[in-house]
Amino acid sequence: MEVCRSSAVSLREFGCEQSLLSRPDGSASFVQGDTSVLAGVYGPAEVKVSKEIYDRATVEVLIQPKVGLPSVRERSQEQCVRETCEASLLLSLHPRSSLTLVLQVLHDDGSLLSCSLNSACMALMDAGLPMSCLFCGVTCAIDYDGKIITDPSAAQEKGSRALMTFAIDSTERRVLMSSTKGSFSVHELQQCIAVSQKASEKIFQFYRDSISRRYSKNL
Amino acid sequence: MLSSLKDRVGAVLLPGDGFSLDTDDTISLTEQAKPDKVLCGPGLRRSGARLVACKSGVLRHKLPNVFWVDSQQRRYVPAKGETVIGIVMLKSGDVFKVDFGGSEQASLSYLAFEGSTKRNRPNVQVGDLVFAQFTIANKDMEPELVCIDSSGRANGMGVFGPGGLLFRVSLGLVRRLLAPHSDIRSDLDQLFPCELVVGMNGRVWVKSSSIQQTLILANLLQSCDTMTAPQRQELFKRVKQGAL
Repeated sequence: MEVCRSSAVSLREFGCEQSLLSRPDGSASFVQGDTSVLAGVYGPAEVKVSKEIYDRATVEVLIQPKVGLPSVRERSQEQCVRETCEASLLLSLHPRSSLTLVLQVLHDDGSLLSCSLNSACMALMDAGLPMSCLFCGVTCAIDYDGKIITDPSAAQEKGSRALMTFAIDSTERRVLMSSTKGSFSVHELQQCIAVSQKASEKIFQFYRDSISRRYSKNL
Repeated sequence: MLSSLKDRVGAVLLPGDGFSLDTDDTISLTEQAKPDKVLCGPGLRRSGARLVACKSGVLRHKLPNVFWVDSQQRRYVPAKGETVIGIVMLKSGDVFKVDFGGSEQASLSYLAFEGSTKRNRPNVQVGDLVFAQFTIANKDMEPELVCIDSSGRANGMGVFGPGGLLFRVSLGLVRRLLAPHSDIRSDLDQLFPCELVVGMNGRVWVKSSSIQQTLILANLLQSCDTMTAPQRQELFKRVKQGAL
């Protein structure tokens, strides 16, 4: 388990652990403040004939909430995560196979979607799937005074007028996916994207540190 | 371009890390300009004028210009010429379907055994283990296995006899076991005499003189993954003294 303390762009403390499950091909848990998500990846595995795509792999994302059954909210998050994964994975290298990503929410204290994205990326890397770039998720909240809060907690989310989550890629810092709620101006959107891009540097540096530490052990 | 690659040998790469394929800025006028050829192994891809890593792992280099990324993964992706341990799942007509832990089952013809003819079929039952080699393995076609080499000899491949134990280890450990002059293997040699079959797909089959020794060997190999060399030698020494 590694922990990163953050300073300039204020992110909560975050940490990650890789290959902690024995059965899946890749797994990771990601913690952001009190929000925690556990991810497991299976694949490239056999695919159902009805879901087979002849020139690329089928990606399936399942989000399991902490209590109860997955509902509409989880479905929409699943779609966000799936589209981000499809954008960064090199799916054409494994045609007619399936990639299943299971995300178990362990605790939700705000910024759940960005935490899911980060744990998904770590799990995909752990499984050794071919990717063209890495991605990370950053959530921004705009409160009623117009202040931008990155990586908000559940209480801060409740007291905000707009909430946005961006997935950002590691090579050119472009936005891969965005999910927004509430009302905001175009200018505020641009500002939030810029802040997220800045925050993503910190997360990507953390990815690099934790992977190098992992490989320093077994080589 | 080569120098930028060589500088990073032994460093950890992440997906998306790239090297530009541009030639050097200065060209010597006296020496003859020679085009450099670089061979890229698993984990490296060419995209346009750049060489991009697509897996996380350590960059490795072999003379003259071979580069690859050494990564830890658990799911096997077949490659032509690799030997694997498979389980026969189905007999259908003249082919067997073999599970090797990949994304689909491979086919193994009954004629691809040493000494088998149309009259003389090999004795293979569903559930048997086979040690076989890939002759066809690419992403668009069904993988195909054979139990003979190019001269028609078994060369160590074929159906497993009774006894022994099959278990799974990580693909990284398998590659370490199969490497020439592997230190894990030389440590194992000093324990008890055993038969060891290592498939590139992460399956390992062990047989020793007694069940107890077989189980000890299986447990030791499975724990090798997370141990450093001194820890492993210490553990092997204790086992040899009969501590376990």
